[in-house]
Amino acid sequence: MLPLENVVLCRESQVSSLMALFGERHHFSFPSIFIYGHKASGKTYVMKTLLKTSELPHVIVNCVECFTSRILLEQILNQLNCLHYSEDEYTSHIACDSFNDFVRLFKKVTQERGVDDQTVYIVLDKAEYLREMEANLLPAFLRLQELTNRNVTVIFLSQIVWEKFRPNTGCFEPFVMYFPDYSIGHLQKILSHDHPPEYSADFYAAYINILLGVFYTVCRDLKELRHLAALNFSKYCEPVVKGEANERDTRKLWRNIEPHLKKAMQTVYLREISSSQWEKLQQDDTEMGQLKGLSAHAHIELPYYSKFILIAAYLASYNPTRTDKRFFLKHHGKIKKTNFMKKHEKTSNHLLGPKPFPLDRLLAILYSIVDSRVAPTSNIFSQITSLVTLQLLTLVGHEDQLDGPKYKCTVSLDFVRAIARTVNFDIIKYLYDFL
Amino acid sequence: MQKMAATLGFLSVDCLVSFHIKKNYRKFQGLISFLIFSADYFNEGESLSEDSKLRFDTCQLLWQQMKSEAEELQEELNKNLFDKLIEFLEKSHLEFRKKSTNWNYQIKSREIPTAALVLGVNVTDHDLTFKGLTAMLRDTITPYVVSLQAKECPDVKHLLQKLASQVMGCHIDMESTEEEEEECVQLSQKKMHYSMAFLSTWYRNVTQKKGSESVNKKITSSSQWKKSPPIVIILKDIESFSTKVLQDFIIISSQYLHQLPIVLVLGIATSPIIIHRLLPHAVSFLCIELLQSLSCKEHLAKLLDKLLLTTRFPFKLNEKALQVLINIFLYHDFSVQNFIKGLQLAILEHFYSQPLSILCCDLPEVKRRIHSLSEDQCESIRRLPSFMRYVEKQTPEKQVASLTNERFLKGRMERKSLSLHIYHENFFIVLKCLHAFTSSLPKYPLGRQIRELYCACLEKNIWESQEYEPALQLLRMLAKDELMAILHKCVEVFRSSPGKQLGSTAEKLKEFLAQFQSLEESNEEENGSGSQQKGLQKTDLYHLQKSLLEMKELRSSNKKQTKFEVQRDKVVDMIDNLVRKYLFPPDTQTLYEVVYFTGAHTLREHLNAAPRIALHTALNNPYHYLKNQALKSEDDSIPNVAPDICIAYKLHLECSRLINVVDWSEAFATVVTAAEETDPNSTASEEIKEIIHARFIRAVSELELLGFIKPTKQKTDHVARLTWGGC
Repeated sequence: MLPLENVVLCRESQVSSLMALFGERHHFSFPSIFIYGHKASGKTYVMKTLLKTSELPHVIVNCVECFTSRILLEQILNQLNCLHYSEDEYTSHIACDSFNDFVRLFKKVTQERGVDDQTVYIVLDKAEYLREMEANLLPAFLRLQELTNRNVTVIFLSQIVWEKFRPNTGCFEPFVMYFPDYSIGHLQKILSHDHPPEYSADFYAAYINILLGVFYTVCRDLKELRHLAALNFSKYCEPVVKGEANERDTRKLWRNIEPHLKKAMQTVYLREISSSQWEKLQQDDTEMGQLKGLSAHAHIELPYYSKFILIAAYLASYNPTRTDKRFFLKHHGKIKKTNFMKKHEKTSNHLLGPKPFPLDRLLAILYSIVDSRVAPTSNIFSQITSLVTLQLLTLVGHEDQLDGPKYKCTVSLDFVRAIARTVNFDIIKYLYDFL
Repeated sequence: MQKMAATLGFLSVDCLVSFHIKKNYRKFQGLISFLIFSADYFNEGESLSEDSKLRFDTCQLLWQQMKSEAEELQEELNKNLFDKLIEFLEKSHLEFRKKSTNWNYQIKSREIPTAALVLGVNVTDHDLTFKGLTAMLRDTITPYVVSLQAKECPDVKHLLQKLASQVMGCHIDMESTEEEEEECVQLSQKKMHYSMAFLSTWYRNVTQKKGSESVNKKITSSSQWKKSPPIVIILKDIESFSTKVLQDFIIISSQYLHQLPIVLVLGIATSPIIIHRLLPHAVSFLCIELLQSLSCKEHLAKLLDKLLLTTRFPFKLNEKALQVLINIFLYHDFSVQNFIKGLQLAILEHFYSQPLSILCCDLPEVKRRIHSLSEDQCESIRRLPSFMRYVEKQTPEKQVASLTNERFLKGRMERKSLSLHIYHENFFIVLKCLHAFTSSLPKYPLGRQIRELYCACLEKNIWESQEYEPALQLLRMLAKDELMAILHKCVEVFRSSPGKQLGSTAEKLKEFLAQFQSLEESNEEENGSGSQQKGLQKTDLYHLQKSLLEMKELRSSNKKQTKFEVQRDKVVDMIDNLVRKYLFPPDTQTLYEVVYFTGAHTLREHLNAAPRIALHTALNNPYHYLKNQALKSEDDSIPNVAPDICIAYKLHLECSRLINVVDWSEAFATVVTAAEETDPNSTASEEIKEIIHARFIRAVSELELLGFIKPTKQKTDHVARLTWGGC
C-alpha cells in the first residue's frame, strides 16, 4: 500500500485532523463524526482510503441503496460479520428487524470477530437519505457508542449541512467537519496525478491545464472533469501520434484541442450526445452535422384534437378567467385591456407560471377554438388523461377526482406555439399577456 | 361563463366520464373478443343456421388473414429498430466483457449504456413493440430482460423487488433441471428484501457457475455475451416514473456497474428532452443513444396499403366508414392497434349485418358459392340496389330472365363478381399512379397521402372534383426530371401489381420513358423565345403593368411547344384518360354491397362513444332506451310514470347553478302525483307523501352518484349543479 500522502492529495489538513480524532486503535474515538461538502470533494474517497490504509475495522454503507432501515442495519451487520473473511466465503446471513436487535447483534458480532478491543468505524455514505427513514434511526446512530457500550464511531458523509439534519427533539451533537471545494490548483494537481502510462506527467499536466482553462468556468466537479479529460485525451495526442508535433509543442497542441474542447462543452458535457457517440465521432473524424443532440428532437407529433386540448390548456393556464369572455365570445363588446386590468395583473402571467384550471373551463375553451363541432366523446377525455401521463399537463390536487379535477399546463410557450402553427392557430392573439 | 355556455350550445362536463375512460379501451377489446369467439352471435335471430355458420367462418378466416398480414407488417417495421438496438447492445459493455485494464477505461466514469426509444404518443401500440422486443432480446442476446412499468414501481423498493424477481425468474425459466439447493436459496431469499447487492452476488454466482458452458443454447450472438449476458432493463413509460425513484435507481445501479452489466432501455412517448427533465442529476450516469421508431402515420399508410388498397382481401370499406376510422386515428389517438381493432369491428359488423357477405371471399370460392345460393339468397340479391340498377339497364327479356330465372341470375352474378374483381385491380393501379403524380404537386391539391386520394375517389368521380383540374394544370408544368421520376414510380406500380389488365398502359408508360430518355440524349436545348429584355424604362406604375402584360401575351403566343412539352401533355392526357376510365367510385358497381361495409354510423357509435350524451339521452328521454310506450312524450313534458331519476334530472335541468332542494322536492312531488288524483286530506296521503319524499331522496342521491350535483356549503338547503346548460 502506498503511503497515504501519495494517494490522498490536497486533503492533508482533513486527514490529519481525522487521524487525530481516531487516535490509537484501542482508544475510544468521538462517538459520531459528521462530514459534509459538495459532491466530488473527496469525502468518500478520503474515508475509504484512510480506513483501508490504516487497516482499521470498518464498514461502509451507501444509504441510497437502503430503502428500508432493515436493509441498512442488516448490511452493516453482515459486512461486519465478514470482516476477516475473504470475500468468497459464505457466512450465514444475519437478520435484523429493529434497532434494538441491531444493538444486541452488534455487540455479539463484534465480540465474535474479536474487534471489541478496538474502534469499529461505521461509515454511512449519502447520509441525507437517513432523514427519510424512521425517525429514531439518526439519533440512535449518533449515540451508538453509548447504546452499545462498545468502542464504535459512526461517520456520516453528506452533501448537506448538519443543521438540516438536526431533529427537532434534540440529539447528540456529532463532531462536524467540512470538506471545502477543491481550488483550481488542487484540481490541476489531482487530475494530473493519474496520467496515462504511455505519456509523461508533464505532457498530461499541460493537457489538464488546457482542459481546466476551458471547463473550469462551467464545471468544478472533479469526477466530471476526470471523465472529460479521459474522453478528449486521445484527440489531444493525435498530432503527437501522427508525428506532426512533439510533446513539447504546446502551442500547436493547444490550437488542435481548444476548438474541440469548446465543442465538447456544448455537446458531451451537457449529455446532448453520449460519450460513446463522442468517442466514435473522434475516431471517425466526421463532422457533427449528421448527429443531432437530444434537444434537437423536441418536436412531438400529436393527434389533431390533442393539439387543440394542449392549446386550450395553455390558454386556460396563462389567461385570467375573467378574460375568457373577451377572447372566446363573438360579441364581447369592445373591452380594452386597460379597462379590465387589475393592478396585480400588471405582471406578466408568463413570469408567474401556469395556474390551475378546472376541466370544464378547458373544455369550454376547446369547443370555442376548434372550428368544427367537437362531441364530448370518451376519446376526448382519454386524450386529456393521456396528456397527463405524457406530462404535458399535470393534475393538481388529489382530494376528489370526481368533482372537477384541476389541471395545469406544463409546456413552454415555444412548444405550444410550434404546436399551434401546425394547426394554423394564432395563439398569440389569444394570450392576455401579449394583448 | 354562463353566457359563454349559451353561445356554445348545450355543453356540459361530466367528470364521471373522465373517470372511467381509461377502462374504455379494454372494455372494447373484451367486447370484440367476446364477439369473435361466440359464433352464436351470428345465429341469433337468423333462420339459416348453416348460412350464418358459413358466414362466421368466412369472417374469421378473412380476419385471421388480415391480422397476420398486419402483424407481419408490424414485425417488418420493427425490424429496423430492433436491429439498431441489437447493434447498440453489442457495443455496450465491451470493456466490461474484456475485463479491460485500459487507462482510458479506468479513468472514465462509468456510465450506464442507455437506449432511448422514441416511440411516439400512441401509447397503446407500445405494448406490442415491447413484447416483440423482449422476445427478440431473449432469443438473441440475453435471458435477463426485465420490463418495468411506472405503475408497478411507486418507490425504489418495489422497483428493485420487481427487477430482482424478474431477473431471477428468467433464470429459473431457462433452467429446466432445477436443483433443490437453489430452491432453498430462493426460499430464504424471499424472506429478505431484494437489494442490488444481493442481485450482484446472485449474478456473479450464476455466471461463474455457468463458466464456459453456454447460458442458453438459443442465444447465438457473440461469444463474449455468453459469459456475462447483460441485464436489459426496459422502462416502458419513462414519463410516468417519478423523478426520485428513477434517480435513486440509476445512482444505485451505476454503483454496481462494475459487477452487473446493466443496460437501460427507455421507452419515450414524447421527446428525449424528458430525460433531462426527469433526471437533472442522474443524467450524468447515463450514456444515452437515441433510437427512433417509424412514425405512426407512416405505419398507418403502410397498413392501408397492405390491407385495403389491395385485391388480396375482398373486404372493403366505403368512404364514410374509412373516414370514421381514419378520423379516430388522426384526431384522437394515433394508435395503429386501435385502427386495426376498428377494422376488425367493421368486418364483424359487415358479416353480421349483411347476409350476402357470404360472397365476400376469394374469386374461385365466390364462383362456387354462387352456385350453391339458395332461393332466398337469390331474392335478396335481386333486392340489392346496385343489382336493381344493373337490371334496369338491361333489355326487357334479360330483365325478366334475371328476375325470374335463377340459373341466369347466377351466371350474371358470376360475371359481375369477376368484373368487380377486375374493377378493383384496375382501380388500385390507377389510384397509385395518380397518387404518384399528384403527391409531389405544390400544396397537394388532391391530398398528400394516398388515403386522402382514396377517400376522394370512393366518394365521387374524382375528375368532377374542384381540385382535379388545377392539379392537371400543375402537372402540365412539371419539369422533365420530376416527370421521369414519377413515370418510373408508375412503372414500378405496374410491375408490382399481379393483374395483367392494364398491360398496354404499362407498355405505353415505358415508351414514354424511353422517349424522354432519348430527348435527354439528343439534348436539344431550345433557345426558346430569346431575350426580349427591352430594358424597362422608368415609367409610372400603369405603364409598367401594361408593358409587362403585353410582354407576357407576346411570349405565350409566340411560344411554340417544344418536343418535351408535347410529350408531357401526352402523358398527362393519358393519366387523365386512365382516371376517367377506371377511377369511378365503387358504389356504381354491381354487387357493391357485398364487399363494401357501409355502417359508418355503427363504427362511430362503438369506437367514438359519447357517454355523456348517452347518459343525457337516457335521463332526458327514457323512451329511447326503455322502449316503453307509456314513456313516449311528444313535447318536453315529463310523464309521471318515468323513472324517478329521470324526473329529478329533468327538473334539475331547469335550475341554475345552485338548486334549492325544497323547491326541487316540491316540483318532484307535483309531477309524480299529477296523474294520481288523490284526496289530499286522507290519512293515506301522509304515507304517500313520505314515500314520495323517500323516492325523491333516492333520485337525488343517484344523481349525485352520477356526478350531476354535489352538496355545497355556499347556501343552506342547496346543492350545486356540476353541469351546465339545459332545456
